[in-house]
Parts: sequence; C-alpha cells; structure tokens
Amino acid sequence: MGKYILRRLIIAVPSLLGISLILFVLLALAPGDPFGELATNSNIPPEVREALRVKFGIDDPIFVRYLRWLAAMLQGDWGFSFASRIDVDKLILQRVPTTLFVVGSSQILALAVALPVGVYAAMRPYSIFDQIANTFAFVGFSLPTFFTGLLLILVFSINLGWLPFVYRVDIAATGWLWYWEYFKQAIMPISVLGLFQAASYTRYVRSAVLDVIRLDYVTTARSKGLNEGKVVIKHVVRNALIPVVTLVALQMPAVFGGAIITEQIFRIPGIGSLLIAAILANDTPVIMAVTFVFACLVVIFNLLADIIYGWLDPRISYR
Amino acid sequence: MAGSTHASPIADVVVPLEGRPRRLSPGYEVWRKFRRHRMAVLSIAILTLLTAAVLFGPLAWRMPINEIDFTARLSPPSWEHPFGTDDLGQDLLARMLYGGRISLAVGFAAMAVAIIVGTLIGAISGISRGSVDAVLMWITDLFLALPQLPLLLLVIYLFRDFLKGWVGPEGGVFILIVLVIGAFRWMPVARLVRAQFLSLREKEFVEAARALGATTPRLVMRHILPNSLGPVIVAGTIDVAAAIIAESTLSFLGLGFPPDIPTWGRLLYDAKDYLDIAPHWALFAGAAIFLTVLAINFIGDGLRDALDPRRVM
Repeated sequence: MGKYILRRLIIAVPSLLGISLILFVLLALAPGDPFGELATNSNIPPEVREALRVKFGIDDPIFVRYLRWLAAMLQGDWGFSFASRIDVDKLILQRVPTTLFVVGSSQILALAVALPVGVYAAMRPYSIFDQIANTFAFVGFSLPTFFTGLLLILVFSINLGWLPFVYRVDIAATGWLWYWEYFKQAIMPISVLGLFQAASYTRYVRSAVLDVIRLDYVTTARSKGLNEGKVVIKHVVRNALIPVVTLVALQMPAVFGGAIITEQIFRIPGIGSLLIAAILANDTPVIMAVTFVFACLVVIFNLLADIIYGWLDPRISYR
Repeated sequence: MAGSTHASPIADVVVPLEGRPRRLSPGYEVWRKFRRHRMAVLSIAILTLLTAAVLFGPLAWRMPINEIDFTARLSPPSWEHPFGTDDLGQDLLARMLYGGRISLAVGFAAMAVAIIVGTLIGAISGISRGSVDAVLMWITDLFLALPQLPLLLLVIYLFRDFLKGWVGPEGGVFILIVLVIGAFRWMPVARLVRAQFLSLREKEFVEAARALGATTPRLVMRHILPNSLGPVIVAGTIDVAAAIIAESTLSFLGLGFPPDIPTWGRLLYDAKDYLDIAPHWALFAGAAIFLTVLAINFIGDGLRDALDPRRVM
C-alpha cells in the first residue's frame, strides 16, 4: 500500500507540471503587455521602462521565463496582489480553509444522500421508490447551482426570513451561539452544492449496485445464511463503490466549479469569490495563483480517490 | 455478466413485432426503443417548442428588447408584459426570446466543437495505438483533471479584449465562449471513441474488410467510425446541456456576454439584486434554463436506452 501511494504521488507531479505549463503558456500567449500602462504614462521615461523590462526578464525566451516563474512559485513567492495590497500567498491561505469547509461538507452531504438512496433504489429496480428517486436525480442535476442558490435565498431568506444570505466570518457571538450562527449561514450554500452533486452520485451508485447485485458471489453470500444487511453492506456496496470512486474523482473539477458559483452567490469569503473579484479588478497575480491552487486541489482530491480506490480493491495496489 | 440488471427497464424489453417479421432499418429500430421512454418523447416536444419559440417568437412578439420605459419599471407579469419588466422597464419576454437564441446556439455550437475534437483525438488514438495513443491519452487525462471553470474564466479574462477588437464584441465573445467550452468538453467523447475503436478494430467484419484490401482510412471512415457513433451521440446530447449551463454560469458571474445581449444567464445575473422586489425576473430566466437542460438530459437518457443501454452516465 505504501509503495502504491508513493507511485500515485510520483504520477501526480507530471500532471501538476503540465497544468502549470498550460497556465503559463496561456498567460504568455495573451495579448497585452504587463507594462502597457507604464508606456502610456508620460511621467516614466523610456529608459526606466526598459530597465524594468530587463529586471523582470520580459524579453527572455519563453522557457527561461517559465522556469523562473516555476522556481518562484515553488519557493512560495507568488507575487503581490495589486488590488488587496498583500502578498498573494497570504491572501490565499486566509481563504482556502473556508472553501475546503464548504466543499468538504457538501461532499459529505452528497454522499450521505446518494449512497442510501442509490443502494435502496438499486435493490428494488423499477419500483415506485426507484422511479421517484430517478426523477428527483434528473431534476437535481438539471437545476444549475446558481438558480437553486437564488431560489433558496428567495424562499428562506426573503420570504421566510429564517436564514441569513450573506456568509460572515466575523460573527458577533461566542460559545454555542457562535456555532449556531455559523451552522445557520452554512446550511444554504452546503445544501445547494451538496444536493446538486447528490443527484448525479445517486445515479452512479444505483447503476454500480445494479451491476454487482445479481452476481454469483452475492447469491453465495445469501445462501450461506448471512442476513440481508450484511450482504448489502459488506459484499455489494464495497464492490459497487469501486466505479463510484472513479466517477466521483472525475467530478472534482465540476465540484470546485460549483464552489465558485456558490461562494459568489452567498458571498462566502473563499478562494472562488476571490477569483471572481480578482478578475473584475484585473489582478493578474491573484488570478494565476488561485487557478493554480484550484488545479492543485483537484489533483490532491484525485490522489485521495486513488488511495481509497487502492483500499477498496487491493488488487490494484499490488500491481 | 451473470444476470446483471439493466439500468433502465426499456433495455430489457423485447418488443414483439406485430404481423410477420420484416426488415427494420437501424434508424427505425432506434426510434422504436426511444419511443418507449415517455419522458424523452415529451422532452423532444418541449425542446422543439422552446426552439421554435426563440427562433420565430421575436417575429410574433414584436416588442423591442431595449425599449426603456421607466413608468413600467420592475412591473410583474401582466397582459402588456407577459413576463414582466426589468429595472429599466424593458420587456422580459422579448429579451428572453432573443437571449434564448444565443443560449441555445452556444449550446449546440460548443457541442459540435467538443464532438469534432473528441472524435478526432479518440479516433487517432484508437487506430494508432503505441506511443501516439499513450501521449494523447495522457493529454486527455490531464484535461480531465483541469479545474474547468477557473480556467474558463482565466481564458476569457486574458483573451476577451483581443477578440473583441478582432471580430466585434458579440461575435468575439460568442466564438471565444464556444471554443473554450468545446475545448473543455471533448475528453469524454475522445475516451468513448477510443474505447469503441479498440474493440471494433478486432471484430470480424473489420478483419474481413482488411483482408479484402481496404486501406486504413477506408476502414476508419466506412466501417469503424459509423459503428462507434452511438455513445458519441448520447455524449453529445448531454454536452449541449452542459454547454448551456457553462454559458449561463459565465454570464451569471458577469463574465460572459456583454450586458446588451440578454442571454438567460445574464438575465439571472441582472435579476439577482432585485430578488426581493421583482422575483419574476429571476424565476422566468432560471426556469427557462432549467426546462431546456432537463429536456436535453431526458432526451440523452432516452437515446442512451435506445443506442447504448449498458452505460448509465
């Protein structure tokens, strides 16, 4: 298992390098000169501009610039945010925990809904429950998160007035009250993101369980006299989860995309809303860094999925 | 597989032929199976209706999309304005019909880009094997791991002004959005096509064609490609829905089409600040996106039952 994890880690490095190369090439190909505004400013003499260009190495060949940029990123020198007047790495570190909290809780919610519903629907294929679950799943992943977010705000914040629709970091309460306030403001964003994912996960789980539930080894387990719950949990679900883990890992980019939208709607101070704010403020260092952090998060979660995969199916980790 | 259950009851049913057996064309066979998915048939009707509405609606509903009327500001639905008006008193029905054209056009054009790129890469990968296959599949996996929305936003941020100056504000944003959404959706198609190629190239009928002296391009074009299109059609249908959501997302974040082009996502973006006093504004636009995407997803499901019953997602 240790060797397997190490191998997965080594495979993750080229994909991170590939992503960083794509990012850098995009930035280099983009029209517009980072010193363009200096050119129009008559207070800066051309010699100073040239000196700045040489100092930052704008005219070097592209691969030299890429290596230098990569070295700076690795050393934690991520640049300086023009808009926030703070180092980019500090800015991002402040906000990553919020995003991870929202994304993590929504994934737990999604699996907590999808696993029981999907398994139960697959145990009784084509039954009324299955049909209702299927219809809800279709409605669920056809409702875009930005629309469900607005609907929830309309119902629970504006009409009923139960939940706040702005996510606050500085809650003016202490002790249990603080947790209660935090819980109240997190309900809507987490359910928007979680239920959207739950809809597609339910279909994955259902079809994966359908694939294994009639296999001979399950019949064997039943004929040994095991009770139904044990058969389902130990024999059916464990094997059915293997393809589900792959599909969930493939959904990770979409999950983080959904997080950006949710953070924007509920004004959650995570890296998603930071990205949007940076784009609107033309804050290039922040945009590059946040995109790269998103890429890293996706790679890390894929790595996690690989490890779970190796645990569920030991044959894979012994290869 | 030993007695596995199909994901959909339709796949299990053998439809009895009335009268004496006759030869059925493959197209009719597909339609016969598709017809049994009631929601899919209903969805075709809804999608046709929606498409017809955005194509011909502006001819029948002649209210201009940008006539500002402050006396009718934020008014709820009425006979004069069936979908109400926005904060400038512009008629929302007219704006939604016009914006729907863009939303649907982006969906179909991005699907075409994704299918063409995906089929090309999948076909090259599946027919060549060896190192070409390995490199192409590595790129495919890399693209699958990319965080798509952040990159979409980054590309649009970097190249928007350039294209605007090149082909004008509307055309530039349209081309950019279609290309970028297409460029991030081709990977599943490429994988499907490659898998189909790998299994079909070993089949007897391909072997027979090869023995008769067919060249590789002929084998691909005449024999392998047409037989591998079933899953591609299904994936393409779902891609239309995904592209419509992607475009609406960009517009909803305020980074898609310019404000004077009221795509459905853009309408939602403008409406979200007036949610408390004019909920109709957001509801109609959101419902339009939802209905379109739901209909397309159901059609995709029906097509999958008809063309490719083993797969589920």
